[in-house]
Amino acid sequence: MRRCASAWRARWLRCDGAAVSEWWTYTPADFLMFAPRIYWRLFETLNRQTWPAALLAPAAGVAWLLWVARDAARPGAGAARLAAVALALAWAAVALGFLLPLLAPIHWLAAYVAPAFGLQAALLVALAAFGGLQATASPRRRQAGLALLVYALLLHPLWPLLEGRPWTQAEAFGLAPDPTALATLGMLLLCRATTASGRVLGRVAWAVPLAWCALSAATLWTMGSAQGWALAAGALLALAAGSRRGL
Amino acid sequence: MNAAAPSRPGRRRFLALAAATLAAPVGAASAAPPLTRRIPSSGEALPIVGLGSWITFNVGQDAQARAQCVHVVRAFFAAGGRMIDSSPMYGSSQPTIGFALAQLGMPAALFSAEKVWTGDAARGPAQIEASRAYWGVPRFDLLQVHNLLAWEQQLPLLLQMKAAGRLRYVGITTSEGRRHAEIERVMRSQPIDFVQLSYNLLDREAEQRLLPLAQERGIAVIVNRPFREGALLRQLAKHPLPGWAAELDCRHWAQVALKFACSHPAVTCAIPATSQVAHLQQNMAAARGPLPDAALRQRMAREVAAL
Repeated sequence: MRRCASAWRARWLRCDGAAVSEWWTYTPADFLMFAPRIYWRLFETLNRQTWPAALLAPAAGVAWLLWVARDAARPGAGAARLAAVALALAWAAVALGFLLPLLAPIHWLAAYVAPAFGLQAALLVALAAFGGLQATASPRRRQAGLALLVYALLLHPLWPLLEGRPWTQAEAFGLAPDPTALATLGMLLLCRATTASGRVLGRVAWAVPLAWCALSAATLWTMGSAQGWALAAGALLALAAGSRRGL
Repeated sequence: MNAAAPSRPGRRRFLALAAATLAAPVGAASAAPPLTRRIPSSGEALPIVGLGSWITFNVGQDAQARAQCVHVVRAFFAAGGRMIDSSPMYGSSQPTIGFALAQLGMPAALFSAEKVWTGDAARGPAQIEASRAYWGVPRFDLLQVHNLLAWEQQLPLLLQMKAAGRLRYVGITTSEGRRHAEIERVMRSQPIDFVQLSYNLLDREAEQRLLPLAQERGIAVIVNRPFREGALLRQLAKHPLPGWAAELDCRHWAQVALKFACSHPAVTCAIPATSQVAHLQQNMAAARGPLPDAALRQRMAREVAAL
């Protein structure tokens, strides 16, 4: 961690505090420090180490989705609170199970992203506790939120097959960061906070998932994976659907 | 480039070996030893092709990829290679190199080239020690200030280490053509042994000032990005090899690119990175056979730029 901290400072700052010189000559490719095959194999390792969580976590998400869908006529606070707590656990699990042990050794940025994931987990717990969460009454938010959740839980894991990689490299919600971020954006669209503190927390809770989507999409584009477009589209859909009226 | 109708100049006219001396490095297993160049400050001979580790050796704990890296390093030494270059910036590359060296019993031929890369001057010694522990070597042969980061603070430290016998050579690095003016200032004012810079068939800015200055000042030159991180080879792969490639004993574009970079009289060695044994062997083959002379070098650059 200390090594990474030094690396971070060195990467972005010179000792005199001036910004890194000739910054305009850098492209995203200059920051890609690992081969794509190594990155994809991280998920293979993750799935193997946590098996059968790669099946159980998305299955739990789908069960929640079915519960919400059945309860659509009379939105309940229980489902919203449960989702926030489950997502908090997911963000913590991604930080502790993927970012720090697997990604950080090949990408120094991961060590700095992991605390942000922890913060997101804390925000979601606070939102569940103090937000007075209810399901949204907005059809637009509900449709976009459901679409994002369906993609994150069921479709996103299919990308390895689309790109000719082994299915064992599937990225599952609750284990891998991309589907977890998109599922969180979906949940934030489906829920609304009814307390003043909840509305503030709800707005802040968009920051980390959106920032991760931007970072990961840039990484995926640099690696030549079309998966980055799906991630960017999901984040933009969430922004568009949630922009008129926040949590 | 028209590969079907290149002129075929006489081999004696275009091919020069004068700049390269032949020496057999320790551990060489190939039939012919690789071409070498001498480090101006010491006269020590180094094979003209070394091994970089950016991206390719950053494999984390991936056991399969680590094993592949061991194969690459083994093939490197078997082909007579010596210089392996890394940096604290390269993620897990340092532990991977250390793992490979340990697996191979720390080959005696190793010329270890590392970097110090921190803006915090006080962190320099600890970072160097951490790097040394990753490699598992008693000391580094060469330490370079990576991308000139805090060079005013780090260079005195490295020179002090050299004076104390804890280091053999001192250098500085840049890449992708950045900060050449500052590199030039350091080359003119500091007693460095090595400079590392980007130089290839398309990126030739170093020819203007830095390479002549290195010759004038007796500074060894390490060439990074000889393939533009593979982009150059991907671009060239769409075209057939020109006729003159055969006269250089080149069977792949990688060998053409390496022979171009290494044949500049100021260049000591190039450090292509790879994670594949087949590519490593192609690269090391470029350290054998004839090198192009000045006229052919010009033609190579001109024809590749026109592709």
